[in-house]
Amino acid sequence: MSAALPPRDRDWHPPALAPDYKSSRLRAPTQKLLRLPSTISEETGPVFGHDTLGPLDADLITNFAASGEMALGPRRCIRGTVRDQNGRPVAGVLVEVWQANAAGRYRHVNEGYLAPLDPNFGGCGRMITDAEGAYQFMTVQPAAYPWPNAPNAWRPAHIHFSLSGPAFGQRLITQMYFEGDPLIPLCPIVQAIPSGKAVEQLVARLDMPHSESMDYLTYRFDITLRGGVQTPFENKMEGM
Amino acid sequence: MADAESPSQTAGPYVHIGLTPNFTGITGVYPEDLGAVMCGDAALGERITLEGQIFDGAGDVLRDAVVEIWQADAAGNLPPSDPDFRGWGRCASDLKTGIFRFDTVRPGVATTADGDNHAPHIILWIVARGINIGLQTRCYFPDAAQANATDPVFSAVPPDRQPRLLARHQDGVWRFDIHLQGPEETPFFDL
Ligand SMILES: [Fe+3]
Repeated sequence: MSAALPPRDRDWHPPALAPDYKSSRLRAPTQKLLRLPSTISEETGPVFGHDTLGPLDADLITNFAASGEMALGPRRCIRGTVRDQNGRPVAGVLVEVWQANAAGRYRHVNEGYLAPLDPNFGGCGRMITDAEGAYQFMTVQPAAYPWPNAPNAWRPAHIHFSLSGPAFGQRLITQMYFEGDPLIPLCPIVQAIPSGKAVEQLVARLDMPHSESMDYLTYRFDITLRGGVQTPFENKMEGM
Repeated sequence: MADAESPSQTAGPYVHIGLTPNFTGITGVYPEDLGAVMCGDAALGERITLEGQIFDGAGDVLRDAVVEIWQADAAGNLPPSDPDFRGWGRCASDLKTGIFRFDTVRPGVATTADGDNHAPHIILWIVARGINIGLQTRCYFPDAAQANATDPVFSAVPPDRQPRLLARHQDGVWRFDIHLQGPEETPFFDL
């Protein structure tokens, strides 16, 4: 019914404590994680039906905008495929994204950057991967923004991704960066990832064949979730 | 297992925009935040409230975390088969008090096909600024000591740390505090 999950490669992920990322110092557990074989609790998970989604959920350009208006900024399409570690597409994955606006400002009560809010940009979107594991959304290019980690610290432009796969033990939050961004090698959050090859997995590539003339540029961002064989589960989230 | 899992990155301080936008005042995009309601009116079993706070290494409460839980239904089914019970919830720490709260049902004993009995438990997954990869822990119930003793996960935790996995019944709710560091550090799992 459910498949055992392989252990996570903890040398591939950033360690809990990355001293150059100051917020991790008081929030990183100091004891070793207790590694055990996965159980039914990690091998199962909630199912998200397509009826969870509204018609504009995957369009950040318009989903918060006043009627007939659009978010400001360079128009982007982000697309990719979610696969498991065996290379198989994973269908039914809930993909939730959030980002700063084209000026680098988040719509959040704790946000303090002086760049302007865009009245037509909320900054959130969501979708569910199709039978081929594919997802796609429209947005505007987020700007790099400063943060108080150190003097003159700037995050590279990025989009936050949350993935809920068929097993709760696959739960993943990560960030997508843009090919060619000179801030990527300077960012302590990115550089907490031990291997340069692993960082490359988070860098989206310009995808000209899927860009639309006189409309938008497309970036391709493929994601690999933990695990191998998965079976569909009957538990339905919809209709509750 | 050819391919590497995509590496994790912190959820950052603005995680609410993506996971609980209505909570942070971004209304009109989604009708409600996902995971806010776990039980329908006819959910079977004992209704419980699970609440707690998350403390950092200085003893300060995290006010910017998001917690998700996943659990069996009252009959022990994983995934839940009770059509009125989701088994899954998501809650942001309160912006002032840092309290997270789930109105759920008390999970039953889950028995797997190979005959393993899993004591009633709730998985918690915690993300926040400063947490580079989501932290996973489990909440067990102190009045199920016998089941806990044979649970394959609880029993594998060093005995001196097992009490940190037990909720406390207090003022009608089950209280489960999480300590990221320090002498009371919560056991976190790689499961
Ligand atoms: Fe960010």
